[in-house]
Amino acid sequence: MARYGMAIDTKLCVGCMDCVVACKTENNVPEGYNRDWITEEAFGKFPNINLEIRSERCNHCENAPCVSSCPTGASHYHDIGGVVLVEYNECIGCKACIASCPYDARFIHPDGYADKCTFCIHRVEEGKDPACVSVCPTNCMIFGDLDDPNSEISKQLNSRKHHSLKPVAGTNPKIFYLT
Amino acid sequence: MHEITTTRNNHLIDPSLEIWGWEIPVYLFLGGMVAGMMIITGYFLFKQRQTEETCSCRYVPWVSLVLLSLGMFALFLDLEHKLFTWRLYTTFQVTSPMSWGAWILIIVYPAILVTILITPPKWLVEKFPVVKKYSEWLNERKIWIKNIGVANMILGAMLGMYTGILLSSLGARPLWNTSILWLLFLVSGLSGAAAFVHMVAKNVYERELLAKADNGFLTFELFVIALMIIGLLTSTQVHQEAAMLILTGPYAATFWVFVVGIGIIIPLIIQLMAVNHKVNHTPWAPIMVIVGGLILRFVIVEAGQVSSWF
Repeated sequence: MARYGMAIDTKLCVGCMDCVVACKTENNVPEGYNRDWITEEAFGKFPNINLEIRSERCNHCENAPCVSSCPTGASHYHDIGGVVLVEYNECIGCKACIASCPYDARFIHPDGYADKCTFCIHRVEEGKDPACVSVCPTNCMIFGDLDDPNSEISKQLNSRKHHSLKPVAGTNPKIFYLT
Repeated sequence: MHEITTTRNNHLIDPSLEIWGWEIPVYLFLGGMVAGMMIITGYFLFKQRQTEETCSCRYVPWVSLVLLSLGMFALFLDLEHKLFTWRLYTTFQVTSPMSWGAWILIIVYPAILVTILITPPKWLVEKFPVVKKYSEWLNERKIWIKNIGVANMILGAMLGMYTGILLSSLGARPLWNTSILWLLFLVSGLSGAAAFVHMVAKNVYERELLAKADNGFLTFELFVIALMIIGLLTSTQVHQEAAMLILTGPYAATFWVFVVGIGIIIPLIIQLMAVNHKVNHTPWAPIMVIVGGLILRFVIVEAGQVSSWF
């Protein structure tokens, strides 16, 4: 059983937003909304300033509060890779999942249901990479099976320093940032 | 320096969460009031006071029915995918307080209706003669009425508790993420309901009893608020920052003036004087308690959405 995750090399990401555009195009994300976005975090003291550029999205947490707070079971772990998905026809738009997400990765689609990154599961099922990964001009994003020791993502995570977002929230995110 | 910039600007999500407007605080308030009314009515039924012509347990369930329906309507208005609301009742999600709440509400309705059946009003009996038959059947069995009273108290407590647990289970919002929130909402619901029944009571016994009970609830509510703040201030940085939102931040004035001052302390002083016969009972104190309870829900829901994990 695969366990899908993503690693993003912050040394290669230039914040070009190709991933954002690819996602919006691939998934028909409505105007004014984003399933993925770019975050720039600057820290340090001049002249020693560090800048980390990150492509962010739903972290497809292993202990996802959006799944446990959903009253109808619309938010669920997909059989393939443990990807966190929303069954639109079961969502009542109560917004409990949005309130429970420490990453604010979800939003209400203009049609009324909760929406977010799906890891482009429709592409993954066809053996392709998610749209954001496939268009990245610097190849900073790696998508793959975290349980396969020979996958590129496992090799990178085993050999490079990395961090996830808000690990203290206890959600076990499956997106990692290589530093 | 530590600066974060993002290209994300999702509607109702950025720059801070605004997903829940007036509907949810109103629903939580009305749910709390109904919870308190059920507990009070249940107590009077348990004490077999339904035989008294002026007992509040004869008319308060009607108020509960109306308030609960209004609250559920507010909740329905908040749903964004309204046509799929029925999905709540095709499943039970044990980890979701909202799922628990949906099913609790389904059980609360018949409990209130059965309570109404114990002492139905004349117009109802005239319109539906069968009501009289069931009412007489119930009134011949005192133990049933006691059990209906106990059921009202248990279901009322579950309803009041769930309105707090609903928010406190959402760990991403540190202000809500305190395990004492259920107690705050339950005791606030009880104090609001006691204030209401105190205000409308048709006999001196109930008016005096509920004024005294309300004083107890209000005093206890002050302790619960203090404990909640102490709990947040002694927790992690994000919880401390969340506490500061209501202590000194943008919600502080509303919280201290309307929730603590006008909603608890001033009516408590007035009602303490009333039960000691220094002043006459006045509807102003109960009105202040009820308004304070409503504003408490608004402050907690709105400030909670602003609080986050950095």
